[in-house]
Amino acid sequence: MNYSLISVEILVTLLGLGVLLADLWIRPESRPALGWLSAALLSCVLALSLGALNPVDGSAFGGMYVLDGLARYFHGFFLLAGIIVLLMTVEFRRQLPVGLSEFFALTLFALVGMLFAAGANDFILMFVSLELITVTFFVLNSFQRSKIAALEAGVKYLILGGVASAFMVFGIALIFGSANSTNFSVIAAQQGALSHSPVFLAGLLMVLVGLGFKIAAFPFHIWAPDVYQGSPAPATAFLSVGSKAAGFVLLLRVLFHAVPQIAVEWQRLLVVIAGITILYGSLCALPQRNFKRLLGYSSIANAGYLLLGVAAASRTGSTAVLYYLGGYFFTVLAIFTVLCCVADSVADDEVSSLNGLGRRAPLLAAVLTIGLVSLAGIPPMVGFFGKFQLFAAVLEAARNAPLFYPLLAVGVLGAVLSLYYYFNVIRAMYWGDVPAGAPAVTVSMAAKVALGICVIGVFFLGIAPGGLLRLADGAVAGLKFAPPAAVKSTVAAH
Amino acid sequence: MITSLLLTPLVTAFLVLCIPATLRVPIRLVAVLGGALTVWKAIALFAATQPGVASLQFEQLVPWASVAGFSLAYHVGVDGLNVGLILVTALVGFAALAVSWDIERQTKLYYVLLLTMITGAIGAFASLDLFFFYFFNELALVPTFIMIGVWGRGPDKTYAAYKITIYLTLGALTALAGLIALYVQSGATSLDIVELQKLLATNPLPARTQFWIFPLLLFGFGTLVGLFPFHSWAPDGYAAAPTATAMMHAGILKKAGLYALIRVAWPLLPDGLAAWLPILAWLIVGNLLYCGFVAMRQRNLNLLLGNSSLAHMGFAFLGLASLTTIGLTGTVLVMIAHALLAALGFALSGFLQARTGTVEMARFGGLLQRLPFIGAVMIACFMAGCGLPGFANFAGEASVLFGAWKSATPGAMMLAIVGAWGGLVIGAVYLLRAVRQMLHGELAPEWNKLVEFQTAEALPTAPVDDHEASTAGTMLTWLLHSVLGGTIWSYWRRLPYLMLLGAMILFGFAPVILTSRIEPAVKLIVKAATNRAATPAAATAMSTPVAH
Repeated sequence: MNYSLISVEILVTLLGLGVLLADLWIRPESRPALGWLSAALLSCVLALSLGALNPVDGSAFGGMYVLDGLARYFHGFFLLAGIIVLLMTVEFRRQLPVGLSEFFALTLFALVGMLFAAGANDFILMFVSLELITVTFFVLNSFQRSKIAALEAGVKYLILGGVASAFMVFGIALIFGSANSTNFSVIAAQQGALSHSPVFLAGLLMVLVGLGFKIAAFPFHIWAPDVYQGSPAPATAFLSVGSKAAGFVLLLRVLFHAVPQIAVEWQRLLVVIAGITILYGSLCALPQRNFKRLLGYSSIANAGYLLLGVAAASRTGSTAVLYYLGGYFFTVLAIFTVLCCVADSVADDEVSSLNGLGRRAPLLAAVLTIGLVSLAGIPPMVGFFGKFQLFAAVLEAARNAPLFYPLLAVGVLGAVLSLYYYFNVIRAMYWGDVPAGAPAVTVSMAAKVALGICVIGVFFLGIAPGGLLRLADGAVAGLKFAPPAAVKSTVAAH
Repeated sequence: MITSLLLTPLVTAFLVLCIPATLRVPIRLVAVLGGALTVWKAIALFAATQPGVASLQFEQLVPWASVAGFSLAYHVGVDGLNVGLILVTALVGFAALAVSWDIERQTKLYYVLLLTMITGAIGAFASLDLFFFYFFNELALVPTFIMIGVWGRGPDKTYAAYKITIYLTLGALTALAGLIALYVQSGATSLDIVELQKLLATNPLPARTQFWIFPLLLFGFGTLVGLFPFHSWAPDGYAAAPTATAMMHAGILKKAGLYALIRVAWPLLPDGLAAWLPILAWLIVGNLLYCGFVAMRQRNLNLLLGNSSLAHMGFAFLGLASLTTIGLTGTVLVMIAHALLAALGFALSGFLQARTGTVEMARFGGLLQRLPFIGAVMIACFMAGCGLPGFANFAGEASVLFGAWKSATPGAMMLAIVGAWGGLVIGAVYLLRAVRQMLHGELAPEWNKLVEFQTAEALPTAPVDDHEASTAGTMLTWLLHSVLGGTIWSYWRRLPYLMLLGAMILFGFAPVILTSRIEPAVKLIVKAATNRAATPAAATAMSTPVAH
């Protein structure tokens, strides 16, 4: 048993427990320092995980857990997300009067779940890590107990999350029943036979339902707008970045490690889901007036865009998914950090409450503009290059499956629609009137650090995409993609 | 050389960003000086470009990013197609910076956005990698939106800001889909134009593939140019935009779409072009006639200019559709001449709006009495718009018509006649009518006190009481005025108009300065674009210097 392979997870778990314990001894006013400290320690873990810890790939716990390029890519992703979310929480602390340390600790525990998800090579570990994420988010989402919207968010996430978990457990049972194993690699070895077993296919479909809930893909997206609106901004940010990415890494692993052949056969299903998700998210975002709710729908649309890369079922497509997630990460965190900064000085989460921000706080308005423009997919921000990669993957796949052409049209349409709702916010900031008696906006050091990281990320990855692209390409090297021609031959053999 | 030209406005934008927002005069000075330096470098680049050479000059290639099977490179270079466009971009950019001297609100943001736009336009024309072309072209989008919203004119500015942004993005994304399709289908490893040309010259795409990629590029880039029926954003957008934005869009950014069509769609997809040419011909008639007639009915000077600029784009498309060397040379000439014309037109209308607060033509009359300089420049500008010999526009439009007559394309004869009528007769009607209505006749009493350029006496003798302006800034303006003196000051205010008009006359009397550079490059494009049964030897990539 090679415990050292999960040393990153162990370190973060210990950090989370340490934060809980430390809370017993420190004075309430120095709690924000705990956030700083955790962020600093997470940075050390991140630095260690890049090289010093586990230089060699391997698997542990009877093949349940695997440390490979994909897992390493997402370890870096989640750890950096954790650091920024902790800094964001420090900035947001005035909105969280009680339990600041618990908020830090829960963030860290959710982070552990995500880290395990990145390396899960077994349906059981997948389920456990997803539950760890979901259960911590039940609490995080309704952390502002005095707000009715926060309670609504928590309850909705609890019930719909419960339904999704039930689907997933049942699916895993069916898979185990037909395959006699829950290990991805074992299933991959016998997928030729399993692809004709209706029980196995039903089980796989149910697992995909559970993952669809995580990534907020149509038709399992219903929770997203309400939860985004009601949750505290740092929790929403972590949900939209971390939880979504965890869903996608598992989706990639299940589809392209456990059942690559079935994945190609189900391409049509993925294409349809991706198309509807993009359209649904974009169209519903159009009339939104609440900024966080708008971001909820935007996150649905973005799940659709990410699904384009999954549906392409190719190395280019998966590279594009990883790259897009990397860009989405900096973009969304930049937006939510700005929301945290202005939380104390604006009336509510309505778009109109950002009126005149361009004159009240030019720097924050500029960052928010950069983030929104990146989400809309306009160069030189990273969002553009992500969409460029995804569209390239779709057009590549279209050479074998013409169904991808309408999908591309939907993608273009969604991007044009998104321009309207993102630019609405820019409009409010730059030519809305400054509300009378608006207090000054102050930005703390923690937020400045977080904003700095995000803005540099958005620009750097947009202008010099080479590094991350190579990293993403290397990370998906372990995934297998059945050639489309193989599908035709199996279909013909029937 | 190109990179340093490209960096000049960008670095200027950063410098402006570093100046505190209250120091308006230093912000303006730095921005205008940066613009002047850009012009200087663009002229140097233009002069250094060898005439009569078809190959790319001052090429620079820096590998940018590469993963398995795909690479990006920062690849810039000039040949006859783009060197003239880069020159007018710098000229129009400088003029736009100079006429914006009166912007008082959020001056810093304004100049940063405008300089970003200029960088984007120069970069788009200089790029030889289609990824970077797209990248630079889209750089102007967000500044456009914010500029229309914050400094825009008229009650419908929010509507216009959304309309222009959404139309331009829809066009750009459609074109992007076409570009990616081109890359995927050709099996190229990058979006480098030179590489694509070499590859497609030896292995042309099947006609069926070309047939569906071509319309993506044609309508995508066509939307950016204002090709009928995707043009309605243009007049609304220009009318609502602040003067400098309208100058940049109508003059420069619009041409990026045409440039991409000449550079990419025409030579790389000859079969697609042949299949879609009849449809394009009808759309050109739409531009020439429909937009011309719409321009005739306008009462608002900005809307008139916007529609007339769409009608002029019909000429540019007509030259493209002729598929002859002289026609395409004419198109590039029209692009350059129209950049100067449109920028000058919107600069003048912006001047009128700033002085009178309106651009309703019916409210003017006899303005020439009060505004001798502006009125005279406006008459010259409108005459150039009618295609009067002596201005660059005449040279371009005449070449386009020659090309259309010589064209072997069926239906082009009819188009040539329609073009002559639509563009010239209708244009003459509405432009001359505008001159009569606004400049000649009785001076309307409300404009009795109109002052063209403030002289020293008319200036405030002490800093004005403006609580928004910093005292230091106002002091500096006042100092500038009194040190420079009213006369020099008013010459400086005349400079942007004179510069644009001068360039139009220079290129009108000596179009050979441009054509000697354009023609060799265009020859290669025409050869590739008419090379339908593509054989390996025929379509020579432009990277090989061919002396025909």
